[in-house]
Amino acid sequence: MKILEIIFSTSFGYAILRVTTPILFAALGAIISDRAGVINIALEGTMLMAALWGVIVSAFTHSAWLGLLAAVISGILMSVILAYFSLNLKTNVVLAGIALNLFASGGTIFILYLVAHDKGISSSLKSEVLPQLTLPLVDKIPVIGPIFSGHNILTYIALLAVFLVYILLYKTPLGLRIRAVGENPDAADSVGIGVNKTRYIALILSGLLASFGGAYMSMGYVSWFSTNMTAGRGFIALAAEAMGKGTPLGTFLSSLLFGFAGALANNLQSLRIPSEFVQMIPYIVTIIGLVIYSSSQASKPRKFKEE
Amino acid sequence: MHKEVLFEMMRTLVAIFISLIIAFIIIFFVSTQPTEALSKFLIGPFSKIRYFSNVIEMSIPLIFNGLAISVMFQANQFNVGAEGAFFMGAVAATIVGITMNLPVGVHSIFAIICGGLLGGFLLFIPAILKTKWNANELVSSLMLNYILYYLGIFIINYYLRDVNAGYMVSYKLNSSALIPKLIPGTRLHYGVLFAVAMIVIIYYFMYRTKWGYAIRMTGLNEKFAEYSGIRVNFVILYAQIIGGIIAGMGGAIELLGMYTRFEWQKLPGYGWDGVIVAILARNNPVLVPLAAFFLSYLRIGADLMARMTDVPSEVVSVIQALVIMLVAAESFMAKWRHKMVIKQAKEEISMANGGNSR
Repeated sequence: MKILEIIFSTSFGYAILRVTTPILFAALGAIISDRAGVINIALEGTMLMAALWGVIVSAFTHSAWLGLLAAVISGILMSVILAYFSLNLKTNVVLAGIALNLFASGGTIFILYLVAHDKGISSSLKSEVLPQLTLPLVDKIPVIGPIFSGHNILTYIALLAVFLVYILLYKTPLGLRIRAVGENPDAADSVGIGVNKTRYIALILSGLLASFGGAYMSMGYVSWFSTNMTAGRGFIALAAEAMGKGTPLGTFLSSLLFGFAGALANNLQSLRIPSEFVQMIPYIVTIIGLVIYSSSQASKPRKFKEE
Repeated sequence: MHKEVLFEMMRTLVAIFISLIIAFIIIFFVSTQPTEALSKFLIGPFSKIRYFSNVIEMSIPLIFNGLAISVMFQANQFNVGAEGAFFMGAVAATIVGITMNLPVGVHSIFAIICGGLLGGFLLFIPAILKTKWNANELVSSLMLNYILYYLGIFIINYYLRDVNAGYMVSYKLNSSALIPKLIPGTRLHYGVLFAVAMIVIIYYFMYRTKWGYAIRMTGLNEKFAEYSGIRVNFVILYAQIIGGIIAGMGGAIELLGMYTRFEWQKLPGYGWDGVIVAILARNNPVLVPLAAFFLSYLRIGADLMARMTDVPSEVVSVIQALVIMLVAAESFMAKWRHKMVIKQAKEEISMANGGNSR
C-alpha cells in the first residue's frame, strides 16, 4: 500500500503539476494548430530545439529571460519552416513534421557539440534556470499550499495559458477565423478569410506554446539540456489534445492525467518494480487514453467534414 | 508517363542537390578544415574497401525498414512503429540465439522467423486499435515504440544480461545462430542476400498480387476502394502486419549479422530512417535499395568526416530533413512541370495541325 501513500502525499500533487507543465504547453499548442486544420507533429522537435537554445543563450548572457526569449524564437522559426513547407510548398504536413523532428533530434546534437563539445549533455555550460514563485497567502494554506506554491514560473504561465487559449479561440476574431479555417477552409475562404495566413498564425502560436514547454524542460524541470530530453512529450501532447477533444479545458484535464502517469513513474522508481515497467506507464496510459477517446468519437454520428 | 518519371527523378536530384549545398555551407562555417571535411564526406566511403563495405552493411537495415514503411505508407497508414518492431525483432533473435541449440543455418533462419513474427504481432496492435476504435496509428505507434524499448531492455536486463561483461549487454549468442560473413575481412554478411530477396518479394507482392493491389487502392482512395469491394479494414490490418514482419526480420538479421550479443542501449533509429528511405523511394520497393544506399553513404561519409575532422556527423540530419521536405513537397518545381506539360501539349497540337494540313 506504499503506492497509495505516495499518491496521497502533497509532494505527489506538486509533482503532478511539475510533470504536467511541458505536456500542457505543447498540448495547448496542438489545440491551436489542430483547430486551424493543420496537425503539428513537429511539436516534439520544436520543444527540443527550444530546450537547447534556452540553455545556450542563458549560459552566454547569464539571463534566464533572454534564454527563454531565444527558446521562443527558435520555436517560432521551426513553426515558420513547417508552415512554409506545408502551406506554400504543399508538403504533407505529417511528413514535414517528421522531417523537422528528425532535424531537431540530430541538429540539437550538432549544435550542442559545437557549443559545449559534448554530444550528450550540456553540463559544461553554466546555464540559468527560470525562477520559482512562492505564492503569497496560498503557501500558508495546508495541503493546497505545498501543492500549488513554489512552482517554476512557467508552470503558472501554463495554467494561465489554458484560459488565454480559451479566450483566444472563443472570444476573439482571430479565434473565430482559426476555427472557421479548420472546420471548412473553402467556406472560410469564400467569406474573405485568408486561409493560409490564418494557418500561418496558428502554427506560429502553436510553436510559441511548445517552445515554452521546451524552455521549461531545460530551464525549470531540470537545469541542463540532454539529447532527446523531451522523450516523446510532444507526441503525448498530441494524444492529450485528441483526448481533450480540442478544447482547452478538456486538454488541460487529459494533460493532468498524463502528468499523473509521469509523476507516478518518477515516484515508483523507489519501489521494487522493475524501473522499465514504471517508465512505460505514461506511454501505456497515453495509448489507453487515445483508444477510449477515439472509440467514444467513433460511436457518435460523424460530423460533416470536408475530405 | 515517361516524362512524369523523368520529372520525379529530376525533382529528387534537385532536392538532394539543394540539401547538400546547404550542408556544405554549414560545414564551411563550422569547420577550420572545410575542404578536408568535404572530401572525406563525399568520397571517403570510396577510399577503402572496408568503408565501402560499411555502406553496404548499413544499407541492409535501411532496406528492411524502408520496405516496411513503404508497404504501410502505400496503404496510407502513418504507422511509424517499424522502429519498435525492428528493436524487438533483434530482441527475439537474441532470445533464440542464446537459449536454443540448432544446426547452423537452421538456427539463424528460425531466429529471423521469430523476429519477423514478433514484429508482425506488435504492429498488429496499432493496426487493430485503428480499425476497431479509430485510434490514430501515428500517435499509438509512437507510444508503442517507447513501450517496446523499455520492454526489450527489461528482457535483456533481467533474463539475458551478461553480468561479467561490465556493461549492459546480453550473453553471447551461440555461434550457430550468427549469420556468416559474405566477404572475409569485412562485416558484410549474408543478410544482404535476404535484403535483395525481400525487395523482390515485396515488389512482386505489391504489384503482381491481388493483396498488394488492394493495399495500393486503399492508399489511393479509401472510399473508392471500399465501393469497389475491397475490405478496407482488413487491408489496413494486414498492411501493417506485413510492415511489422519486414521490420522484425530486419532487426533479427541486423543483430545476427553485425553483432555477437545484444548491445543496444537505446533505440537504434533505423525505423525513422525507414521513413526517409520510403519517401525518397516514393514507396516503390524497387527504388528502396537506391534510397537506402544513398542514405547509408551519407551516414558513413559523415562518420568518416567526424572521425578525421572537426565536423560532427549529425550535420547529416540537416540534409535528411531538407530532402524529405523537398521531395514530399508537391509544389516544389511545380512551375517547371507546368511548363513541361504545356510544351508537350503544344507539340502535340502542332503535330496534329501539321497532320491536318497535309
